[in-house]
Formats: sequence, structure tokens, C-alpha cells
Amino acid sequence: MISTQATPSVSIRSGLPGIAPRPRAARVRAFVWQALAVAVVAAIVAAIAFQAATNLRARGIASGFDFLDRAAGFEIARGPIEFSSRDTYARALLVGLFNTLRVSLLGIVLATTLGVALGVARLSNVWVVAAIARGYVEVMRNTPLLLQLLFWYSLWQALPAPREALNPLPGVFLCFRGLFLPSPIWQTGYPWISMERPVLAGFGFQGGASVSPEFAALLVGLTMYTSALIGEIVRGGVLAVDKGQSEAAAALGLSRIRILRLVVLPQALRVIIPPTASQFLNLVKNSTLAVAIGYPDLISITNTTLNQTGQAIEAIALAMAVYLVVSVSLSLGMNVYNTAILRRGGHTT
Amino acid sequence: MTALARLASIVRAPMFRDRPNTIATVLLGTAIAYAAFRFVEWGIVNAIWSLPREAGSEACRAARGEGACWAVIAERFRFILCGAYPFDEQWRPAVACLLFLILYVASTIRTLWNWRLLALWMVLPAAAVTLLRGGLFGLSDVPTEFWGGLPLTFLLSTVGFAVAFPFAVALALGRRSELPAIQGLCIAYIELVRGVPLVTFLFMAAVMFPLFVPQGLTVDKLLRAQIAFVMVIAAYVAEVLRGGLQAVPKGQYEAAASVGLPYWPSTMLIVLPQALRVSIPALVNTFIAFFKDTSLVIAIGLFDLLGAAKAVIVDAKWVGFGVEVYLFAAIVYFAFCYGVSQYSRHLEISKTL
Repeated sequence: MISTQATPSVSIRSGLPGIAPRPRAARVRAFVWQALAVAVVAAIVAAIAFQAATNLRARGIASGFDFLDRAAGFEIARGPIEFSSRDTYARALLVGLFNTLRVSLLGIVLATTLGVALGVARLSNVWVVAAIARGYVEVMRNTPLLLQLLFWYSLWQALPAPREALNPLPGVFLCFRGLFLPSPIWQTGYPWISMERPVLAGFGFQGGASVSPEFAALLVGLTMYTSALIGEIVRGGVLAVDKGQSEAAAALGLSRIRILRLVVLPQALRVIIPPTASQFLNLVKNSTLAVAIGYPDLISITNTTLNQTGQAIEAIALAMAVYLVVSVSLSLGMNVYNTAILRRGGHTT
Repeated sequence: MTALARLASIVRAPMFRDRPNTIATVLLGTAIAYAAFRFVEWGIVNAIWSLPREAGSEACRAARGEGACWAVIAERFRFILCGAYPFDEQWRPAVACLLFLILYVASTIRTLWNWRLLALWMVLPAAAVTLLRGGLFGLSDVPTEFWGGLPLTFLLSTVGFAVAFPFAVALALGRRSELPAIQGLCIAYIELVRGVPLVTFLFMAAVMFPLFVPQGLTVDKLLRAQIAFVMVIAAYVAEVLRGGLQAVPKGQYEAAASVGLPYWPSTMLIVLPQALRVSIPALVNTFIAFFKDTSLVIAIGLFDLLGAAKAVIVDAKWVGFGVEVYLFAAIVYFAFCYGVSQYSRHLEISKTL
């Protein structure tokens, strides 16, 4: 995927003094150029807005966000938030947002864990470990994420039918309809908690907790892809730490693990964290690929909504606003982090 | 030293240096060997490479889980690579792909790193588009809804890059401009585009764009997707170029100013050429990223390489053989992206830009 690099908050001006024999003329010229630029952009935006308004009137589509209160009329696969087709579009979009956040947060946690392990493995003294990690990273980086998602999804589809479901542990069933697990149920009497096991019923399983193939494929795909990129960042960060640091620690008699944990990693983190934060943001944005495998994320539900209501502009604007809020808050968070590092006397990269 | 002994010494150094290393090598080596064995068993030994003409896929279905069904590739690889392009005319997408490959190879030749490369990036994609479209020189007319497969992947990424580049330069310079209004507009555009997922831009192109043009005027769906890519690529490339501009030493700006060069000559003659050279590895990486991301056009119903692969397994005959089809597509993507990324790495390491 496209990598969004965290950009430094301080913008370095070109520092071009320019040759300005007549400062006043230069000032006028600067004003004219800027006025022209703003006017051109405003004219384009106005023309588009006018055209869109005309077209919407011609098609009899009332613009505005009233559609959010109407009944959605479509079903969403079972999830933690109750939803039925009688619920509103607003609630449907909320379910979508929740699904996006759920897969993103889980993906971020798993990808970070796996990514750190990969970064360390890439630097391993053990040649086989380093080679496996390198091969993994190259495969992940050089094939489209969407292809990986579709691959995991079709791999899951090749699993047996519910009747012949794999049953690796008691109460755990794996079939092409999903992964079914026992789930705890709270009770009023002793022992307060019991496990509800999924039971084969009809064409699927009933009871217990379930993981849909769409969710699993998306989570596995996002995690594996992002972990490769994070692994490379971790590796770069560790390599960026001056070799003298680990040599000095080794001279003090620290073990390899302690050198890594106490000396190298704290310094490497300064290099690692900003681009890793960008990868988190990319993961959130990449979760929109859910639309290709039918996981009901924010974009899938936005797509259904705009197809049903014709409110394309409002629906897409809403989705864009949500993603912008996520990315802007992450950038702000990164700026706070960078400032904190600077204040502590560190240097950012 | 015999060849065997030399091989042993090459292997011994990294793999069996000390005890932990040896243990890890043996354990992991066994696991890899087992996995490789199972893969070879599935993918080669038990695989079905072709089916008789007009036969159904029953033989493949019987072998599910034990052997791969490469027959689907044997039968459908022309569709995966060329999409729904008329079968008898498929030499045209093939030549179009060749033109793009020539362009990529030419881009690595340093003696061409001047206006010639610029000209090539304009002429070759235009030639490829003309060849695919037809209607000229006695070629039959092929509407864009029949375009697909590999040429579409090359087309969207390459034309996207070529058209976006001048806009990206303008945005990058604008972002570093001393004029606050221009700087503000450029920052707003770049951050807006980079802050939202690519898919939303493609949906915009698919469903919103028709609302933005006068009624009755229909813009081709492929062209709309291409415009969306141009808009997005421009923002990402602008950020790459900004990095390049920042890497140009301040002395260069000052030297240009001290000999009396105004803004545009100093930018065009002194600053930009250096910034572009520094940016080349990052530009190549961005190109790979978008080459992979063209696969997102699936979301709006276009059939690039991945889209065509996905379309194959919609066919009732081949439903369920996604693993084989996607592995094939993955090999094509990997061959291209790995090759290009190795080139980019070589550029970064050689440091002779």
C-alpha cells in the first residue's frame, strides 16, 4: 500500500531571498499570484457545486442528510451491535464504523507484535531465521494487499462444510462458514460462569462465539501485510542505533537480550515510532479493502447506502470526514510525541 | 579445495556457526523441508495441469485438497492477462504490455535521464492507449469496457504517474512556496488526499463524478478511474518530491540567488534537477505502491490483472479454485514488483544519483 510518511511538523521554508529590486512590485506580484490561485480554485469548486446542484434537481434527489433517519432496509451480518433492516441508515453507518475500528484496532495490536518479532528476526544471527523473515517480507511487500485478502478468503472458502467441520479442540469448529468457539455466559448462580459451546444446526453452527470468514481474512491479511512493513521499520530503527552503544553494553557484560531491551530498543524507538504510526494509519485506510470480500466495514455500508439512496455526495463526504478525523488525530498525536521527545533533549528524525 | 568442500564452507559459516545456530538451522530446516515437500506434492506431483477440451472441472474437484488444479490457468490465462479483450485481437494488449516494459527498461538507462525520458513517458503510453483503443490505421475499434488484465494494470499506474507528475511538481513547489495562500491550498489538497483511503476516491470517480459534469455528457468509466488515480498519485508524489527538495543543500538556493537568478530559473535549472535525482528511489517505490494499488479498481467493476483473475472464479466451472488463480496472479505481480524494488534498492545503495 501507499506509505504515508509522518512528515515533520516544522516546515522548512526555502529561504529563497529572491532578487527583488523593487520590493513593492514584488509584493504586488505575490498578491496577484495568490489572488489568482484562490480565484481559480474557488471557480472550479463553484462550477462543480453548481453543476452538482443542477444535476441533483434534474434527478429529483434532495440533498442533505435527512436520509440518515430513514430505515435502511438491508441486513448486516451478525455483529456485536444489534442491527435489523428496520434500523436507520445512521445506525447502519455506525455499525460499519464500529466494524472498521474493531478490525483496525485488533490488526494494529497483532501487526505490531508480529512486526517487532519480524524486525528482530531479520537481524538474527541465525541465518535460517533471518532468511525466512526476509522471504516473508519480500512476498508481503511485492504483492497487492487486495490479492492477499482475496487469497486468504478463498483459502478459507476451501475449508470443509459445517457437517465435516474441523474440530481441533473440544467446542472449536472450523468450516467454510467461519470459526466457531465456545463463549462464556454469566449466570446468577454458582459457578457464575459457564461455557456455551457451538452446536451444529441446519447449515451452520448455533450458539457460542463466531468469527466470520470475511473478518478473519481481512484481519489476517491486514496483520500479515502491515507486520512486514513494521518489521522493516523496526529493523531500520535498530540498525540506526550507533554500533558503539551495543558494543559498550557488551563490554559491560550485558547479555544479548538485555542489550537489546535496555540499550538498543529505547534508542531505536525514537526512529521507529513515527513511521510506525503512519503504518497504523495505513492499516485503518487499508481496512476499506473489506469492500472486495464483503466485510461490512464503513466503506461497504457507505457503498450500499449510496446505491440505495442516491445520496452519493453526502455518503462519501461522511466517510471521508471519518477517515480524515482519524488521520488528523493521529498526526496531532505524532506532533505531541515529537515535541515531547524534543523537550526531553532527544532528536527526532 | 573441491567444489563440495567449498560449498560446505559457504554453508557452515552462516548456518552452523555455533550450537544455537545449528539447532535452529536443523529444526527450522526440517520444518521448511516438510512444508516445501507438501507444497511440491500439492502443486506439482498431484497437480492437474490440463483437462481435455470441453471437459468439466470434475477431475479437479475430485483432487481438491490433494492436488492443485493448474488446468484453470492453462485454460484461462489469456483471460487473466488480457481480460475480455476480443480474442483474435489480443496481440494488441500483448504489444501494449511490451511497450510499457520497454518504457520501464528505458527508464533505468542513465544516459536517457533527460528530456528523452520525458518524451518516452509521453509517447509510449500514448502509443499503447492508441493500440488498445483502435479505430485508427485499420485497427478495429475496441471500447474500454473490454480492456482488462495486465495492460490495464500497466496503463492505470503508468499513465497515472505520467499525467500526475507535472501536478505533483507544482504541488511540491507550492507547498514550499512563501506565498501563504498558495502554500495553504497545496497543503490542504495533499493532506486531504493522503488522509482518506484510495477506495473513497475510486467511489467518487464511479458515482460522484457523473454528478459533476453536465447532463448528457458521459465520461468513460476507465477514464474516470484514471482521473482518480492521477489526483491521488499527484498528492503522494508531491510529498516524495518535497523530501527531495528538502534534501537540496541550502547553499544551492543561495548560490543561485547570489548570481541573480529569479525564482523560476533557479527552481527549474538549479533546484529541481537535483531534487528529482535525489527522489528517484522514493519515486520508484511510490510507483510500485500504485502498481499494486491499481488492483483496487475491482471495487468499481474494472478488470485489471487481479480483477480478471477474480472474474475467472465467478464462472461456475471454476468456482472454488481461487487459490490457484490468485497464486498465478501473485507470481506475475511479484515478478514485476520484486524486480523493480531490487532496482530501487540498487539505486539507493549505489548513491551515485
